[in-house]
Amino acid sequence: MEVLNIFIKAIFIDNMIFAFFLGMCSYLAVSKSVKTAIGLGAAVIFVLGMTVPLNYLLENYLLKPGALSWLLGEKEAAGIDLSFLSFILFIAVVAAFVQLVEMSVEKFLPALYGALGIFLPLIAVNCSILGGALFMQERQYPSILHATSFAVGSGIGWAIAIILLAAIRERIRYSHVPAPLRGLGISFILTGLMGIAFMSFMGIKF
Amino acid sequence: MSTTEVKKAPKEGLFSKKNRKLITDPLNDSNPVTVQVLGICSALAVTVQVKNAFVMAASVTAVTILGNVLMSLMRNIVPNRIRIIVQLVVVAALVIIVDQTLKAFVYDVSKQLSVFVGLIITNCIIMGRIEAFALGNKPWPSVLDGLGNGLGYGIVLMTLGVVRELFGSGKLWGAQVLPESWIYSVNNPDGWYVLNNFIILPPMALMLVGLYIWIQRARNTKLIES
Repeated sequence: MEVLNIFIKAIFIDNMIFAFFLGMCSYLAVSKSVKTAIGLGAAVIFVLGMTVPLNYLLENYLLKPGALSWLLGEKEAAGIDLSFLSFILFIAVVAAFVQLVEMSVEKFLPALYGALGIFLPLIAVNCSILGGALFMQERQYPSILHATSFAVGSGIGWAIAIILLAAIRERIRYSHVPAPLRGLGISFILTGLMGIAFMSFMGIKF
Repeated sequence: MSTTEVKKAPKEGLFSKKNRKLITDPLNDSNPVTVQVLGICSALAVTVQVKNAFVMAASVTAVTILGNVLMSLMRNIVPNRIRIIVQLVVVAALVIIVDQTLKAFVYDVSKQLSVFVGLIITNCIIMGRIEAFALGNKPWPSVLDGLGNGLGYGIVLMTLGVVRELFGSGKLWGAQVLPESWIYSVNNPDGWYVLNNFIILPPMALMLVGLYIWIQRARNTKLIES
């Protein structure tokens, strides 16, 4: 039940875009057509769903205070705290994984690779991915199942947000927006309005 | 003999017109947040209080300058194929230093910024400036470029921070600016100002950036998108 709760919360209430503004750069840059938005959304769900559990293992068996007890024994490991290294290890995992995804998509799904081409490597510097790993570290989820459901939920929340914005932006091309507000400005205000709508999910609990 | 003499280029001053432009351009015409659409994530999340916004802006400026300088010094020895990894390692190392410094000196602010200090690594301003500028320029212009972009980011953050903290909680930098007697509450029904709690919530940050862009582009019409 708690796992499901974390999942729903990550999608709607603690939405990566509307509550934490993570991954805004690619969210604003790639939301011009629904098709590419769906592709990027799927890629983000996949990469988040894979890297957060990997980083969870790193965090719990290597980095956090006393995590090395499986290697050195309880007593010797108690004084070791490697958590200052977490940024560099997390980003290395993310970068390596994105590279792997890019290579395998190029080999096995060339059509998708052609459609996503430029945006795939961008995922490595998408802050929602590293943010997912850092939130996992901060919130100290009790098991890898919790961490995975949080990661997949966050990815789905991000994908929903970018697809919705892309759909609105395809429509808004035909409306009269004040000239200085065109493009970037109106996207921000639209995102704000969508954020207000998503805040209405706040009371949901399972 | 005198005809073959190579004309020496006049030495450029440290703050020549070209170099000054590196600092002033990112403040308005090519502002990293509102024009280049970089580094927005953290710009929105940390602006509930001016103090947090200032610490964040200072950290990002420091990392941008140092990252720019280091990559500019290394630009001729780093092979092109592995430059992204080298950049990530340099930036991540700098961010670890910043994070540990903040934890040592301003622990409460570092707790409030939570994951966003770590997210300086993926702040697109830093990677963007290294890619676009430091890899092709000498160290000193890279310093100025880093400083300019850091300040451009800082201006947006501070503006948002001032507006949100002043109207949202009547304070600036944690100090009460609007007197308690002006602020309406159950205990003080004479107050004429009702604190705007909505401005502290996340969606309002997005709208404020939208308004900022609107005002900026109305004054600087060459930025308008077609």
